[in-house]
Amino acid sequence: MQPDKKFPDLRIKALISVGKHPGSGRARRAETDARAVEMGLKLAPKGLEVLHAGNPEEDSLRAYAGMGLQKLRIIAQGDNADAVPALSQYLRGETPDIVLTGVRAESGESSGMVPYLLGEALGWPVVTRLAEIVAIENGQAEVLQALPRGQRRSLKVPLPFVASVDMAAEAPRQSAFGPASRAELAAVNAQAEVTDAVKAGWSEAPARKRPKRLKVVKAKTAADRFKAATAKSSGDGGKVLRDQPATEMAQAVFDLLLEEGVIR
Amino acid sequence: MILDWLLPVLLSVALLLAVAGMLKRISLWRAGQPEKVNLFSGLMAMPRRYLVDLHHVVERDKYMSKTHVATAGGFVLSMVLILAVHLFGVESRWLSYALLGALVLMFVGALFVFKRRLNPPSRLSKGPWMRLPKSLLMFAVSFFIATLPAAGILPENFGGWVLAVVLAAGIVWGLGELVFGMGWGGPMKHAFAGSLHLAFHRRPERFGGGRSTGLKAVDLTASKLGVEKPTDFKWNQLLGFDACVQCGKCEAMCPAFAAGQPLNPKKLIQDMVVGLAGGSDAKFAGSPYPGIEVGKAEGGPNKTITEGLVSPDTLWSCTTCRACVEECPMMIEHVDAIVDMRRFLTLEKGNTPNKGAEVLDNLIATDNPNGFNPGSRMNWAADQNLRVLKDVKEVDVVFWVSDGAFDMRSQRILRAFVKVLKAANVDFAVLGDEERDSGDVARRLGDDATFQSLAKRNIAALSQYKFNRIVTTDPHAFHCLKNEYPELYPAGQKPDYDVLHHTTFINELVKAGLLNLEEFKGGTVTYHDPCYLGRYNGEYDSPRELLGELGIKLAEMERSGFRSRCCGGGGGAPITDIPGERRIADMRMAEIKEVGAELVAVGCQQCTAMLEGVVEPRAEVKDIAELVADALIEDDAPVSGKQSANKSAAKQKQAGEVAV
Repeated sequence: MQPDKKFPDLRIKALISVGKHPGSGRARRAETDARAVEMGLKLAPKGLEVLHAGNPEEDSLRAYAGMGLQKLRIIAQGDNADAVPALSQYLRGETPDIVLTGVRAESGESSGMVPYLLGEALGWPVVTRLAEIVAIENGQAEVLQALPRGQRRSLKVPLPFVASVDMAAEAPRQSAFGPASRAELAAVNAQAEVTDAVKAGWSEAPARKRPKRLKVVKAKTAADRFKAATAKSSGDGGKVLRDQPATEMAQAVFDLLLEEGVIR
Repeated sequence: MILDWLLPVLLSVALLLAVAGMLKRISLWRAGQPEKVNLFSGLMAMPRRYLVDLHHVVERDKYMSKTHVATAGGFVLSMVLILAVHLFGVESRWLSYALLGALVLMFVGALFVFKRRLNPPSRLSKGPWMRLPKSLLMFAVSFFIATLPAAGILPENFGGWVLAVVLAAGIVWGLGELVFGMGWGGPMKHAFAGSLHLAFHRRPERFGGGRSTGLKAVDLTASKLGVEKPTDFKWNQLLGFDACVQCGKCEAMCPAFAAGQPLNPKKLIQDMVVGLAGGSDAKFAGSPYPGIEVGKAEGGPNKTITEGLVSPDTLWSCTTCRACVEECPMMIEHVDAIVDMRRFLTLEKGNTPNKGAEVLDNLIATDNPNGFNPGSRMNWAADQNLRVLKDVKEVDVVFWVSDGAFDMRSQRILRAFVKVLKAANVDFAVLGDEERDSGDVARRLGDDATFQSLAKRNIAALSQYKFNRIVTTDPHAFHCLKNEYPELYPAGQKPDYDVLHHTTFINELVKAGLLNLEEFKGGTVTYHDPCYLGRYNGEYDSPRELLGELGIKLAEMERSGFRSRCCGGGGGAPITDIPGERRIADMRMAEIKEVGAELVAVGCQQCTAMLEGVVEPRAEVKDIAELVADALIEDDAPVSGKQSANKSAAKQKQAGEVAV
């Protein structure tokens, strides 16, 4: 599916975090972050820098290096420091073309806000849930965004941009122990360490399991089940606005939010 | 006469050239990695290793062992005497007679080699090996006639120069093959490399009736992990490859080869020889890797093996069943070499095929290959009231549950074994959630880092408690615990417990009279030896004795005992899943069917899974623990056992009446 689609001049930063296995709670390579690294390795093996803000001694990060990286760049800062200011400070100095992140961290706050906050801080567009970067031409990237049920949306984004990588993206390659254990964890000190005062006050506990809604299988035949699994979600009352003045489209969105009671 | 001066010259030249060739060969081996071997004691032990240990393996084929004794014995003896008579000119009629005798012995042996080569089985390599019997005969005949004058049987100038020229030609041929060829890579290389291989074997414990099957640990701090190029092997492994006689006994036993997967152990070893010497496999004259053409592979001492010499699929086809190693008359270690190369692919390249990467990730994150929550390891025993070591601290027997805990079919075996343990009032406990995967699969897939991590944590868990023995129903865990963990114990510590397979342990219980068993009632039964119990640990008798105790008369398969065929489930083969033409489990089930067995007794949950994966109709598959548990007459209710016996008798009667 993916032939050699390499862009040697491209400068990509992939942001990685310490993942957490849902069963054992053990630190690991986070699933979507690893996909971001994989995407970076496929597009620009030379121009990829893998970036982490946090503890420079964190050995579980080596699982990313096992994908064939000689160096991980780590912006050293304390456990309760906010990653966004440190990252945006660093990225401003580096001027990459694309910043790839996972969808959300597997531990900690896990809000999924990092790509948005980075986009805001850098003033770059944000694309969520990338499945694939199809082509990059004339400072513009053609990407596929993953939607539920295997659907894709084709978008064109001007460089530079921030993108989160979805689980639908190509699965990450195997992490090999040898390169992982030999990789350099190259630490730089955070220029702007901002302590996350709110987070410092939190205490973490395992989430209480929510009761599951009983699944009633309505489909009688295999064809019905297949349809239920693959059909587009049938939200009704939707309206597609395209090629109209931006103010009109914004007004339509605003009206809808007002109507739904999201804003008052 | 011409021969008087020509013979010593020919002998000296052949010997000098042979020595030069040998020195060159030695330099090829020395390009390998250093490995500590006691050279002197190895050389001292060599004759015994050859005459006793190696002969023991060759003796399984009586025809070949006798042929080889005659040919090789005759050759070595006549070579010594030829040097005395024809090179150093010792003039003794008796010596000449002895030489004639030795040459006759060699000639007779060579005739049988010749006969064997008239219609050789497919496992034997052809090419130069077809020439060998003729060379042997030529050597024996030429020297025989040339020695007759020295023995005083023929006059000095018998036959004139015509015969002398013919004899000289025969002697050049004979010496060329048997002396020169020994140093320069001909079929006779096996005699030179083979004897040194025996002397400097990497597993000297195998000689003198011993056993050494545990894989050796990787130094994880090395700058390269595993074997990428031929020179990354230890020097004595390279030497071992050169000892191969291409008899193809490995090929005839290899389950992957039989299944049409791209592996042939003999070709693999020959490819390693190509690698260590440099060149291509064009001259290889044996069976190819199924589905891969001969002549395309190229390698060199410093070339990456998996790029051009051996396809990774070949390495991943191996089930590590050790049938080739068991069969090899030169005691070459195929499995060590395969796993060494797998280690490079997994640890350095991250290239474990198919589900390999996923399984390894799961083992790293959850300590079991399927990624189950490690906290649910005891769920299978929710109704069993098992004691956990964390609570009891001290116990006689630790029941090592293994990953069978997560598999519903294996849980039936575990429950059966618990029933037996309870019936015999064994003082036992389990590790519970402190137990982890033994690391077997990780190690065979080449991930020694994960194996060592699992092993060390298991060792740490075990070290907290006092116990005498570990018993497990999983031969793979049994092998790891018994043979591979001791190397990983912290410095200065070693395990102070025995490790037993459940069949051995139950057999002990039955012999001690702790179990009350009723006779097995059922059809024909056969027993499938698990590789990791049999070939890896030499346990062939206990399972058979135990089945005998149940009143079962086994219908043995042709491939049983040390020649048992793998079920296809070892070495991570079901995970890497290299396609072939047949499935190994299907072939095994066909052999089970051949002896008319309605039930096959096994002692391994992996074998159970593989054999039960064969489509019906097929023999029923049961672990020995299940058979014993079914036959138990519980002490507190001896009557019910009788009743059930009566009942079944009554049933049979009814059936009989109906039939009438």
